[in-house]
Amino acid sequence: MKLKANTQEFEPGTHPDWKAPIATSGPIAWMRDNLFSSPFNVILTLLAFWFLWTIIPPIIDWAVIESVWNATDRRDCWAQMSEPEAGACWAFIQSRLSLFIYGFYPEPERWRVNLCFIGLVLFLLPILWDKCPGRKVLLWYCIAFPFIAAWLLVGGALGLPRVPTNEFGGIMLTFIIGVTGIFFSLPIGIALALGRTSNMPALSILCVIFIEFIRGVPLITLLFVASTMLNYFLPPGTTFDLLMRVLIMVTLFSAAYIAEVVRGGLQAIPRGQYEAADAMGLTYWQATRLIILPQTLKISIPGIVNTFIGLYKDTTLVIIIGMLDPLGIGRAALADAEWSGLAREVYLFIAVFFFLCCFGMSRYSLYLEKKLHTGH
Amino acid sequence: MANETQSAQPADESQGSEDSKPIITIRDMHKWYGEFHVLKNINLEVAPKERIVICGPSGSGKSTLIRCINRLEEHQQGTIDVDGTELTGDLKNIEKIRSEVGMVFQHFNLFPHLTVLENLTLGPIWVRKTPKAQAEEAAMMYLERVKIPEQASKFPGQLSGGQQQRVAIARSLCMNPRIMLFDEPTSALDPEMIKEVLDVMIELAESGMTMLCVTHEMGFATAVAHRVIFMDGGEVIEQNEPREFFENPQHDRTKLFLSQILSH
Repeated sequence: MKLKANTQEFEPGTHPDWKAPIATSGPIAWMRDNLFSSPFNVILTLLAFWFLWTIIPPIIDWAVIESVWNATDRRDCWAQMSEPEAGACWAFIQSRLSLFIYGFYPEPERWRVNLCFIGLVLFLLPILWDKCPGRKVLLWYCIAFPFIAAWLLVGGALGLPRVPTNEFGGIMLTFIIGVTGIFFSLPIGIALALGRTSNMPALSILCVIFIEFIRGVPLITLLFVASTMLNYFLPPGTTFDLLMRVLIMVTLFSAAYIAEVVRGGLQAIPRGQYEAADAMGLTYWQATRLIILPQTLKISIPGIVNTFIGLYKDTTLVIIIGMLDPLGIGRAALADAEWSGLAREVYLFIAVFFFLCCFGMSRYSLYLEKKLHTGH
Repeated sequence: MANETQSAQPADESQGSEDSKPIITIRDMHKWYGEFHVLKNINLEVAPKERIVICGPSGSGKSTLIRCINRLEEHQQGTIDVDGTELTGDLKNIEKIRSEVGMVFQHFNLFPHLTVLENLTLGPIWVRKTPKAQAEEAAMMYLERVKIPEQASKFPGQLSGGQQQRVAIARSLCMNPRIMLFDEPTSALDPEMIKEVLDVMIELAESGMTMLCVTHEMGFATAVAHRVIFMDGGEVIEQNEPREFFENPQHDRTKLFLSQILSH
């Protein structure tokens, strides 16, 4: 272990492994490598510390220390602070919380939304966690869940009173659009990608046309089409629920993006994998399902999750066609004279909500990538 | 090593048995890549249990030839008959032939997302519909045979090249193929690992497998092959029993090729 030990003491081929010197491992080495490796980096590190020092304390002061959680209106809120507007008035958010969560869903029926949310957790558990106890049974439940959820939320059958979908709103609406879009766009996207790379020309052209058309049009335009023009194309007299139309449009929109992400993944699979699967006598579908897709999806995870995060945030666009997602609820709440002028609180609350959801997805995708890494 | 196996080689075991009809028959076969005529008028008959080594310069069409036998490449003219089934566009026939013909690739082409054991059992379970437990038992037996049973639960990416190629051979054997095709199985390996793969192939040869092997391992050819085929420019230039082929090549092109690969 002594560093001064002479290498000559060992016969060739018998030299033991020595412990690395302090300078190449441990926290000091880490700081030297990452924070102070050159004069320029020393300046950057110091600047970063100074910047954090100047912005973090005021934010904590505003959001936590000076904040007010119980008040009847804006004036009451400000009266409780050391000076008006010195802190955040979270009382406002609290008074509107049920609106933010349920939108205008009728109050006596809100237990259905809560139950649906518990159902959603049970739905995500076996999908996201492969060691979940009773996973096989729960996966059957996962297939049924979209229908159970639709029945619970809309009702109108089996003893539940009907709730019109234009009373849906808030976080609940975001979840409905986001989860439906994510759940259905992945399989549709994969099918489109396989279709586009297929060697059947008719199928391939059809998929290309669909993907390019959907990708070439802004989502807002598609939503307008959904809310106004679709009626012209449908046979007269048919009514088609607006939320349903939005769900279809959002799903198709992100399916087109997923298709391109998956196509990129398909092209990254070495030809040898297809050949080995073929040489074994697997059919096209067996090879696709057992060999090609598992590898494709694994390398496409970052792109797929990126698309999902985009979709999730794009759900706020439904405000344009008159649906009240959290952002819409927030804007409506700000119009209340008793509380006006509290935009910072409202938008920060909405931003934190979206950030937590998206950050969660992003971390989960990292976990998944790590779990599926098999070493090369 | 080479001499031992050579003396152990029962040359009459397969070639002498005239009564068995060929397991592979290729007649007047041509193939083009676009405008490029890669295979020209190939005629080849392979007897059951026969072991053939195909050699030739790169671009001579030797890999393409064996890839035509399990239809990884499509031929445009002539007929290929494998084990009584003619290769046509009929997918059912192709899948049937592929399940009877094992193939080992230059770059192993193991499935990186599956463990070694899963790589081995995939074909039996999905193509042969073997029950999982039985497939795993057979897979372990083949892993013993290629001498790496302890690696069963690892992923291919954690193995050395030589080990991966042995797994690839075991994977093909798990399908109980009647014919094995080897497409330059040792070309991507370090010198230290070539021997371990060749040993497995020699053992396989001794067990009586029908083998077509594209390789430049001339020691292997002398040790186990019944016939060496030399290809150049998409044509079979010359074929002979190995000793004759190496010691007394007939064609100038063969002589040049042999002098180049033997002198380096």
